[in-house]
This record gives sequence, structure tokens and C-alpha cells, in this order.
Amino acid sequence: MAAKELSPIDVYASLPKTNCKLCGEENCMAFATKIVNRVVDLELCPPLSEKQHASNRMKLQEMLRPPVREITVGTGERAVRIGGKLVMYRHQFAYFNPTAVAVDISDESSNDEIEQRIAAVESLSYDYIGQTLKLDMIALRCTSNDAKNFGAVAKKISERTQSPIMLCSLNPDILEAALIIMGKARPLLYAATRGNWREMAELALMYGCPIAVSAPGDLTMLNSLSSTLLACGLEDIVLDPGTFPREGIGQTLDSLTMLRRAACEDGNKVVGFPLMATPMTVWSQGIESPEVTRWEEAYLTSTLITRYADLVVVHSLDGWAVLPNLVLRQNLYTDPRKPVAVDPALKSFGNPDQASPLLCTTNFALTYYTVASDVEAAGISCYVLVIDTEGISVESAVAGRKLTADKVAESVKTFKVSEKVNHSTLIIPGRAARLSGEIEEATGWKVLVGPMDSSGIPKFLQEKWKS
Amino acid sequence: MSEENSEKKPGMKLSPKILELLSKYSEIELEDVEMEIGDLEIWVQPAVTGIQVPTRAPPAKAKPSEILKTEFRRPVRQYPGSIVEVRLGATRAEGGTRGKVLALGGEKVPPFYLSEGTMPHPPVIALDVFDMEIRLAKAVRMHVEDVLEDPAEWARLAVEKFGADMVNLHLVSIDPLIKDTSPAIAAKTVENVLQTVDVPLTIGGCGDPQKDLRVFEKVAEVTKGERILFNSVTLDMDIRKTAEVIRKFGHATIAFTSMDMNRARELNRKLYEHLPREDIVIDTTTAALGYGLDYAFSIMERTRLAALMGDKELQHPMASGTTNAWAAREAWMSLAPQWGPRELRGPMWETVTALTLLLTGVDYFMMMHPAAVKTLRDVTTNLSSSLREDNEIAENWVTLKL
Repeated sequence: MAAKELSPIDVYASLPKTNCKLCGEENCMAFATKIVNRVVDLELCPPLSEKQHASNRMKLQEMLRPPVREITVGTGERAVRIGGKLVMYRHQFAYFNPTAVAVDISDESSNDEIEQRIAAVESLSYDYIGQTLKLDMIALRCTSNDAKNFGAVAKKISERTQSPIMLCSLNPDILEAALIIMGKARPLLYAATRGNWREMAELALMYGCPIAVSAPGDLTMLNSLSSTLLACGLEDIVLDPGTFPREGIGQTLDSLTMLRRAACEDGNKVVGFPLMATPMTVWSQGIESPEVTRWEEAYLTSTLITRYADLVVVHSLDGWAVLPNLVLRQNLYTDPRKPVAVDPALKSFGNPDQASPLLCTTNFALTYYTVASDVEAAGISCYVLVIDTEGISVESAVAGRKLTADKVAESVKTFKVSEKVNHSTLIIPGRAARLSGEIEEATGWKVLVGPMDSSGIPKFLQEKWKS
Repeated sequence: MSEENSEKKPGMKLSPKILELLSKYSEIELEDVEMEIGDLEIWVQPAVTGIQVPTRAPPAKAKPSEILKTEFRRPVRQYPGSIVEVRLGATRAEGGTRGKVLALGGEKVPPFYLSEGTMPHPPVIALDVFDMEIRLAKAVRMHVEDVLEDPAEWARLAVEKFGADMVNLHLVSIDPLIKDTSPAIAAKTVENVLQTVDVPLTIGGCGDPQKDLRVFEKVAEVTKGERILFNSVTLDMDIRKTAEVIRKFGHATIAFTSMDMNRARELNRKLYEHLPREDIVIDTTTAALGYGLDYAFSIMERTRLAALMGDKELQHPMASGTTNAWAAREAWMSLAPQWGPRELRGPMWETVTALTLLLTGVDYFMMMHPAAVKTLRDVTTNLSSSLREDNEIAENWVTLKL
């Protein structure tokens, strides 16, 4: 059942109906609503784990099972969860578990290079609207074709970092050399193919590791291998339909799309697994210049994040190539059900002092970020008072009485604005001009009516603000 | 069969350490069984070769001996709706002076769902040209430095050097708050550009609903028959007058709304009273990567899917002001050195914004940076290619020496 078709009533019917409040909700119906919205887990309901509810518990788990299985790679705090998707399109619900980005390391890399690449995964980070954007994993590739060497490098890396690791070799003997050392760290094994699936399945079973299945350009083979591994008793499977750069990009995206649709819309369990892609295949082509190949890898990665990859393996670590994709991933994995709002606050831009201008706007995210980027672009030092309009834009908030003089007065008080500035002038959005009189009355502040669009703020301040 | 399978058992060289790891399986009892399920022979594996202590072997699982061949049937759908085709530009034979006509839309399936069908027309890429010098990001400015004050030469550069399908001329100077350029002078600029390049044109206003209408009236008249795309008609304009002018002189228009499907429908309904559907392209607003792209993405994706599912009020080609990508500070600002030069980061920002929206079904891109334009063109060409893929490339990455 698709997530959006599940109603709280469906869940409620199988809950213990004790209204015991142990889960923190007022009653079982409230809990059911949160369950359906995927805000809480069944584990929060203690009575459900009692013996007499065992069958209901299983029923609920089945009901709530995402059509794309959620798989954990690695252990501990840095473990990465991939998949767990409920829907094909984010507007139908929300996407969970952002695409994991794995950075490759060759087992023939120098110590310096290994250190540099691990350091990137561990410490490269970008602060973006209150979140830290980071890389997730290491994909250790065996290029030496030497099991001993692969094992030795796996040892070095697993001793150095807690980052989840994907072990890449199509030779089971080589993978095993690393598994002997770090099999308990729950690495992702790459990959079972039509040629090696028996041995690979064996390894995955023996070490209890998730395993990727690779069948480039052959969805029927991919489907068959997945069926086969399922029959072997494996459950944590990742599907790699192959990533073909350049002329192959159309088929690559189509394969990912069809696999995801089969899982999410048709309930096909054989392909109900996380999908992976390897934008680093661009490096297998003739390389004219590394810069161009990095460029190709970066844009290919973006299309794969948009089209359903739950895990990507990249080679380039250049910030200009990585950052756009980390931001894209963050954007697509934000929850579209949440009001498009930012937290009300008094925000500082540049290095404001007591004489700096004070502007106000609404907490509709787009409005706020537009104002923020206009102010930042112009290098203005100022304060922006973000007023809670329930995520509604200025014009609509004025019309719908979500932005009122009283709301403004309340925000001025809540955020102790008068402690920050030594003047009492408030600049309001041009589209809230008709509230200016009322705001002056309610706050006791002098109101200046700002521009209709925040792009006019720099010019407005230049002309109207005397500091 | 058991014998054969025991021979095929994994040829793993198990080290003593494995025994420790295997200890967790010790409670599982092992059985040798052979059974038949349908035409499948499944066997339960005995202890793994090489392990001396049977109770320390992996769990007993019924394992297939051969690959279970199961066909993957692509979940291909039929869609009741399709996107109208909008033609832009007119050749001499059609009453204009353009070298070629471009078509937008006509899709019957979601974008690049190659299993279901192909896109009838590649997306059209227009490059932005402004009628006065404006502030541009450094990475963009370096490419157009010499033509900033000459819209006609800027247009020539866009077409001849950067490969623009169309020129997207923004008459920003008509803004009463900027230069308040008169409709007659604005129309003269348009004519100059028309004479310099022979691609179809888009003419953009300044966003002032009254002034835009006055300028559009004049421009529509002097470009009669050229099938210009006007950018844009909005809900706060005099929709009847604007639409009638566009109709009278044989042009087309972008219907612009701000991130709201209901408003997009409402504007289209109002336009249908005066314009045929084939004259309307919709723009539901493009926000930059990092600055609301998620809203833009989902609204466009929903719009296109709704159109294909039969929502007649949304069955129009989609336009994107992809240039908005440059509003993101990550696109134009110098950041800490680990984020690389903005000369690369900026165009990549625009590229990623464009590609993300391409995958929602955008038909018409208004862009800025030559490298982003080139990349979008390469990708759309490749996305439509049904060339047989080279399987080796997708496998070689594992052992690639870099």
C-alpha cells in the first residue's frame, strides 16, 4: 500500500487501544496519526510489544513496510541508512534517507592520498540553512587485483575511520580478504554478478553484510539476480542497473525510473531495494582533461540524485563539483509536507551594530531566503526580524491577517529587538505598506515602508537610511 | 545434483579468523535436503568446504543452484493527456523573417521515460540579453563584457558563439523605477535585435503590469507576424488587453505565476477566453538551487504529471528562468578555498538547476552561462539517444586505475 493511501484508522485498528499515553500521545488515535505521517516509530508503543499483540504488531509492520527496503551500511553513529522510500515522487509524501555519497579510494593509492580522501569524507562540511552538508561513505576499490593488498588497505582504513565502507571487487576472494578484517563493520559488498553470485551470496550470508547486485544494462538479469539472492536468504540488497555516461545517460535514468516505479507503484518486491549509481564511470572514458571529466561527473551525479539513486559513488572531491550536489540532495529531501517556513527570529547579516537598520519580513521560507540573499548580495549589515506568519508570503499574509500590527509588536518584544539597536525605526516590506500606521501604534516604533521587492533593499537603504 | 553443487561451492580460502565470526551461527542446525518447488531445484547447503567444525558453518538456507531467471517487466503506462505544441518564430513563408521555427511541447509521456516514448522536440535554450548594462556575476560577465551595452551584438554573440536557439531579450530599462524607456525606443531595440539574428525571440518586460502592457502593445505591432514569445502575462496585468494584442499580431506568451498550481490554472482559464491553447507556455517560477529549487521542482513535476493525467488547464509547455540560479550566493560568491573557484562553481550551479528542472519536463530554458548552455544541450541530446550502451564502462569503474 502506498504511504498516502494509509489512513490513521487502518493503523488504529491494530493498535492495543489502551490510550495509556506511554507513547507520549494523548490517545491511540493520535499515535496512529503520527505513525501514518512517519513522525514516530511503532517502538514507542510499549503495550504493542506484549505477547498478546504479536500478530497485530506484525500486521502493522507489514502495513508500514516501505516499498523500498531501508538498508543500513556501517555501524555506530556514522552508519548510513539508504532506501526506505515510500513514494516515487516527493510531492506524494516525502523522501527519506538522502542519497548517500560515497567517495572512492583505490587500494593502490598512496598513504597521503588515502588520508586526504578519508579526511574529505570526515570533515568536508558546508553549513546551509542550519544544516551541515557532508559526504557519507568510502568506496574502497581493488585495482591491484591483490587480495592481500586489498585486505591491508581495508585494515588501514577501518582503523582510521568510522565512516561506512563499501568494498568493491567482483572477485569474491579479494572481498573476503577485507571481510576477514572488517566484516563486523557491516560494509556494503559490491557486487554480485551473473558470474560470481554464488560466492558473493555466501560471503554476504556469512558476514551478515548488505550486498549490491550489478547487471549493467540488463534489468532482467538484475531482477533475476535479486530473486536469486532473496532465495539464498539475503534481505539487504542494493540494485545497480549500471551507470552509463554520455550517450548512455537516457537509458541509465530510464532504468532507475522503471525500477523505482515498479517498487513504489506496483509493489514489486524483487526490486523493492535501494538503487545505486556510479557517476565515477565517467572516468572510464577517454579523459581529455581532468577538469572536464570532473564537470561531467558532477552534472551526471545531479541527474542521478534527482532520478532515484539512493547511493552514488563519486571520484571527484573538488568543492565546486561536490557542493551543488550536496545542496541539491538537501533540497530534494526536505519534507514537502512541512510548511515552507523558517523559524521566527531576529537574524543578523554582515556585522550589524546598534545603529544598523532593522527590517522585517515573514517566515515564508522563499520570502525569507530571497530577502536574505538580496541583503547578503549587497553586503549590507543589518537586522532582519522574521515574523511568524505561518509560512505565508507578505502579500497573502497581509490579506489573510497572518501579518498584523499585533504580530509585529509581539515579535519586537519576543526577540528583544530594542536591546540590539539604539534607534526605533522599523522598515517593513512594501507589500505591507497599509499596516504602517497600525504598526506604529502597536509598537511605538517609527515605520519606514520599504521596497515592494527585496531586490530594492540596497537602493532603499542607500537613499532612506541615515546611520 | 548435490555433488555438482558441492563442487561449485565457493572457493573461498577461509582463515581461522572466520571461525570466530561464524560462531554466532553455531546454534543453527544443519540439514542436507533436496526438494523441488515447481520446476526449481533448490538445495540446502551443507557445511561450507574448508570448515572443520560443522556446527560453526553458515546458516542453512535453501539456495538456488542456478540464477532464477525472472523477467523484469517495465511498468509502462498510458497517459490520457498530452502537452500542446507551441510554435515560436516565423519564416518568410509564414509572414516573419526568422531562419527557422522552433516547437515546444507535444509530449505524451513524462520527461525522458524512454521506455514509454521519446520527447517530440528537444528543449529550446534561450540566452538572456539585456537592453542596458546590468549587474552580472563575474563568471557570466567575463563572457559578455564587450557587448554589455549593445543588445544586438549581445544577441549575435549568444547565437553565433554560444549556440543559443533563441534570444531572450529583457527590456529591463522600461522599468519606471529604472530608466522608464518609452515603448517606441524599446520597440526599436527589439527591431535591431531582430535584424541582427535570425532566431526566434522572446521579449521580456520589467514586471510592472501597466508599463509592460504598453511596451508589449508597441513591440507586438512592430514585430507583427514574427511569432514572438512574450515574457510574460501575469494575473495582475490587464489579461484581456494583453492577450488580445498577442493574438492580433500573431504572437505567443508565457503565462507566469508564482509557485502555485491553482494560480497557474486560473491564469490559463482567463487566457483561454482570448487565446488558443497553442499560444501559451507556462512558467510556474524557477527558484535557484539552494534557494527554493525544491518548491520549483515539485510544482513543475506535479504540473507535468497532472497535465499528462488529463488536467487540460496545465497541458502547456513549461518555461524556466534558469538564470535565477545566479541568485544563490554559492553561485557567484567567493567561498572558502575548498569550494573551488566560483568560475566553475557558478556555471555548475546553473547547470544543476537546469538539469533538475529538465527532469520535471521543462521545455524552454532561459539561461546565462555558455558552459551551462552547452552542458544542457549535450545532456538533452544524449538523453534522447537510444544508442546501445557499452556494458564494460559500467563495470570497469571498479578496477579503474586513476
